[in-house]
Amino acid sequence: MKLPLSWLRDYVDVELPPAEFAKRVTDAIAEVEGWEVIGEQWDPELVRVAEVLAVDPHPNADRLVLATVNVGDGPKTVVCGAPNVAAGQKVAFATEGAMLIDGHSGKLSKLKLRAIRGVDSAGMVLSEKELGLSDDHEGIIELPGDCAIGAPLVEAIGDVVFDVSTWANRADLLGIHGFAREVAAVTDQPLREPDRSWSESERSAGDFVSVTIEAPDLCRRFTASIIEGIEMGPSPPWMQQRLIRAGMRPINNVVDVTNYVMLETGQPLHAFDYDLVRGAEIRPRRARPGEKLTTLDGIERDLDPDMLMICDGEGPVAVAGIMGGGNSEVSESTKTVLLEVANFHPGSIRRTSTQLRLRSEASLRFEKGIGPDLARYAQDRALHLLEQVAGGRPAAGLVDAFPTPLPSPRITLPAARIEQVLGIPIEASEVRRILIALGFDVTETAGAFEVTPPFWRPDVALPDDVVEELIRIHGYENLPTTVLRGALPEAQPRPLERVREHARSLAAGLGFQEVVSYTLTSGEILSRVVASDDADRAAPLAATNPVASQHTYLRTSLRGSLLSAYAANRHHEDAAMRFFEVGVEYLPTEADLPHERPVLCAVLGGQRLERWERPGPERLDFFDAKGAVESLLSDLGVEGAFAAEGHHAMLPGHSATVSVGDEAVGVVAQVHPDVAASFDIEEPVFLIELWFEPLTRAIPERPDYAPPSRYPEARRDLALLVPADTPASALLDVIRTHRARGVRITADVFDEYRGEGVPAGQKSLALAVRFRADDRTLSEKDVVRVEQGLLRRLEQDLGATLRV
Amino acid sequence: MLSPILVSPLVDSDRKPDTPSNPLEPQSRVAPCEHQTGKVKTSPALHRAFAFGEPLPSARLSRSPTYNFTQPMSTIEAEVDALRTEALEALTQADGEAGREAWRADWLGRKDGRLTLRLRALKDAPPESRAALGKSLNELKATLESELEARRESARADALASLSADAALDVTLPGRPQSLGRLHPVTQTMNDCIDAFAEMGFRVFEGPEVEWSRYNFDAVRIPDDHPARDMWDTIWIDTLIEGERQILLRTHTSPNQIRVMEQTEPPVRVIVPGKCYRQEATDATHEWMLTQIEGLAVDEGVRMSDLKGTLYAFARRLFGEDRRIIFHHSYFPFVEPGVEMAIDCFLCRADGSDCRTCHGTGWIEILGAGMVHPEIIENAGYDSSRYTGFAFGVGIERVAMLRWGIEDIRHFYQNDLRFLRQF
Repeated sequence: MKLPLSWLRDYVDVELPPAEFAKRVTDAIAEVEGWEVIGEQWDPELVRVAEVLAVDPHPNADRLVLATVNVGDGPKTVVCGAPNVAAGQKVAFATEGAMLIDGHSGKLSKLKLRAIRGVDSAGMVLSEKELGLSDDHEGIIELPGDCAIGAPLVEAIGDVVFDVSTWANRADLLGIHGFAREVAAVTDQPLREPDRSWSESERSAGDFVSVTIEAPDLCRRFTASIIEGIEMGPSPPWMQQRLIRAGMRPINNVVDVTNYVMLETGQPLHAFDYDLVRGAEIRPRRARPGEKLTTLDGIERDLDPDMLMICDGEGPVAVAGIMGGGNSEVSESTKTVLLEVANFHPGSIRRTSTQLRLRSEASLRFEKGIGPDLARYAQDRALHLLEQVAGGRPAAGLVDAFPTPLPSPRITLPAARIEQVLGIPIEASEVRRILIALGFDVTETAGAFEVTPPFWRPDVALPDDVVEELIRIHGYENLPTTVLRGALPEAQPRPLERVREHARSLAAGLGFQEVVSYTLTSGEILSRVVASDDADRAAPLAATNPVASQHTYLRTSLRGSLLSAYAANRHHEDAAMRFFEVGVEYLPTEADLPHERPVLCAVLGGQRLERWERPGPERLDFFDAKGAVESLLSDLGVEGAFAAEGHHAMLPGHSATVSVGDEAVGVVAQVHPDVAASFDIEEPVFLIELWFEPLTRAIPERPDYAPPSRYPEARRDLALLVPADTPASALLDVIRTHRARGVRITADVFDEYRGEGVPAGQKSLALAVRFRADDRTLSEKDVVRVEQGLLRRLEQDLGATLRV
Repeated sequence: MLSPILVSPLVDSDRKPDTPSNPLEPQSRVAPCEHQTGKVKTSPALHRAFAFGEPLPSARLSRSPTYNFTQPMSTIEAEVDALRTEALEALTQADGEAGREAWRADWLGRKDGRLTLRLRALKDAPPESRAALGKSLNELKATLESELEARRESARADALASLSADAALDVTLPGRPQSLGRLHPVTQTMNDCIDAFAEMGFRVFEGPEVEWSRYNFDAVRIPDDHPARDMWDTIWIDTLIEGERQILLRTHTSPNQIRVMEQTEPPVRVIVPGKCYRQEATDATHEWMLTQIEGLAVDEGVRMSDLKGTLYAFARRLFGEDRRIIFHHSYFPFVEPGVEMAIDCFLCRADGSDCRTCHGTGWIEILGAGMVHPEIIENAGYDSSRYTGFAFGVGIERVAMLRWGIEDIRHFYQNDLRFLRQF
């Protein structure tokens, strides 16, 4: 909302500089987002108010005139090209040296006077553009008539216009008078009321029109007044100036009065041309099926039966509370005005304006909730102004349909509640001062305040609402900082989150950069990484109104996000890259919220860095990915098993399922080159996925522990020939489970070899085998015997033979 | 090929260059065979040679002196002087640590060092000269030992000097690359926020990102036709349930106030981290996917001053101990009273400049907060006349932007390494 300081000062004195005023307002009332100073560059000596005494033709030019102006020190002659200059006007007048906006270049420059077509000019009569008020350079600005001749222009029409953001529940703050009330309370100044007096003519308004509310649930009150003898025309300069500064466009005197009173009070009003209201009756009712109305903006609106219409004897003449109809609009020929000031159900106004996609200054106020009593206040103010600026003669009385006036709510605020909520007491005298300044009625009873909010504050309904009024005006700077007391809640175990966060920091420690991707993606990207027959993932949830089409679907896999990040970074990274993300897959669930399945997904690939930080000849491969998983699982206290298994979008023969105990916990694989290529990745890239739900189940509360053995272990390196398709893990499984003479055997693979010296169809695996007993140092003989037994077992089970 | 810079000059020529050598541990490579006496057998040949006067196969014995035990004192001195001269001369000739070790074995070796043998032969000297000869020989031994030690010290000092000077590193050369990952700046900031609140006894709770409309809006007092819904432009999920659009991407973490209170009894003290979504156009300060942390404390005796104290501690933890905070009036349907919290601008310190961050006001808006609306307390089944509570919501991206001076919120989810690796 635009808040001109000059207008605010009609109701409350404000002496604070703009920055200080803005801070006080922001602290207690509403957020000041900025302000504009009008007339900052107008030199008080050089730019002043003048009166036009006469206008004469220019002797040498048809399009120019010679204006005689008085700036308080005798007549001066000015050459002027404006078509609208006329004797009797108050105008803005600048003399040599004044800083003005150049009408042609638009830049601030110093006025230099020169003879124009042979006639010297004593100064310049200014347009809005030259004053920096608007882009209007067609004619000169006409000042309000009460401006004093010779006064510095900055004093006459200079201003500060604040830009204020108010709250969704405070229609009263959208009225400058309502805002002034708050400023008065904050600065402890008296509040002045606008003049609401008007004189009634003989005929009663009821003789002109009848009002029948047919939808009292949506229309709580409807007041109508009649003003005869309207002289349509422009509103006076002072009113136009205020409307412009408040951000509205002047239309004509009648419409301008309705807008002016709305800006002043927060209560929207609507003027009908009485002669276009058919049947001399007004009927607020729901729209009938198929009804249409062309609103003032020229758009034909389809109405539906949930919408409240203002109808005359024949049909809709306005969409209630939102916009009037073209069929009853005031115009140059209007003689009699029917002025509507009504009160509507806020939710209904909001629904209708949302449905029609039509937000207006009126609907923005109605939807926030306005007290019905404000209607009378606004009628009085508008009638006063219509008398002043449109020559109108109001008929006697109002037609006031108000089926069920609501009693004023009474709120009992126990004094102790203030301290209970805030942590500090507020003295009774301060409570009274604040509430009275805000227009509340307040009486003190034993230990409590009986509070009646004013009609313009329907948002205040509960004791805590009153507490807020107290503390914000009292000042949040008076609230101390204290420490929470009392018992701590019981801790809930969160094993999955613990594992997830542990894995997150481990992944970073293992050299992976964490990324965070948009969780909404495109169907096309998902289809590259999700199998079309994957029931959980192939039909992702879609957003009704995505911010962009590439963010339509809730991802059911993180793989696409990671591969996209990899590809995008490859444009500027030469060497190996490792990324991971921790997120959820949104798996649709029938008639319920989706299952948000937590996963860690990582991708890696590229050339390993050599000593000089340049990409070396060696590329990351499957075993880098697997090694990362092994380290991760190991630090989580478990050991993973890796079984060759194909996965969608992964390269067959280069893909494994990771499991821990009985739980499959993830995938490690090379991304299928075709899939990688679909992301514009033209190099081998590897993927890890870990699924936190099974992983958490598989992790024991305490990892296994065995004290270190006191006896040395014996080590033998063995090279074994096995069929080429025998996985190393098969050998290791046999070795791990082999038991002989109380000797524990463990083994690691340290080489795999195929080629010369190894028969076709076989491979050689080199194993480092360690033998250890818990109760003795093994003798050479022990080791040899156990080793031979083990070799026999490996041969029986797996066809492994010692390579010689 | 190893570059000379990488080779320690202390490494003897007979050592493998890849064995690290620390000049400050000289004993480790001195006479290893003597340090492992248990494993080395005494040579019978040496015993025999001495006992029976036979020539020994070793060339070294060819230099063994013949001993005349009847020489007078002057002769003794002359002999010891000659030995000293010869030994010290040989020591100056000894090249490197290997040479010094050979010299030591030659003269002082426990088995067959020349001086050792000479000392051992003392027992056969005539009693009248034995004391004088023993004294002289022991003095000589001490001299040789200290000379050897001095040579070694000097060699070690020379080597260290050379390591410091001739082999000084160009420390501006790049380090050997290590693989280093980092947590996303939003994760880092979130973790710091969680830590700050955890210190004050807050537990972590998490709720779903895809949320029921009734939790996201209705339960937190934002009914369907309320203008407050404009504060949260919503991305809806197009799945109808019972013919109605009921599911959305949560616009804030506040529905978890309800979820937490439904599940627990007071005292409640939780924080709820998570992603939120808004249907809005992006620019330098607006992003449609964002990360929030919600805080909620409900108990008997929870006061707004506690809210201020809690947020004050948080602000100081995240933005510096000298931070100040202010509350100003605000409106959120689910709190009463409602406030926004600002911290004093630590960038311009309110110097009146045209600060981009605080716009010259000296204050930076950080978060929204307030006292939990009594209707929400009641809806949770708690007695609002007994229990009070506070709630707050922090935008993590905003905190991260302030901490690091990040100018554009859209960097966070572009996943550009050039951005991410700076944190």
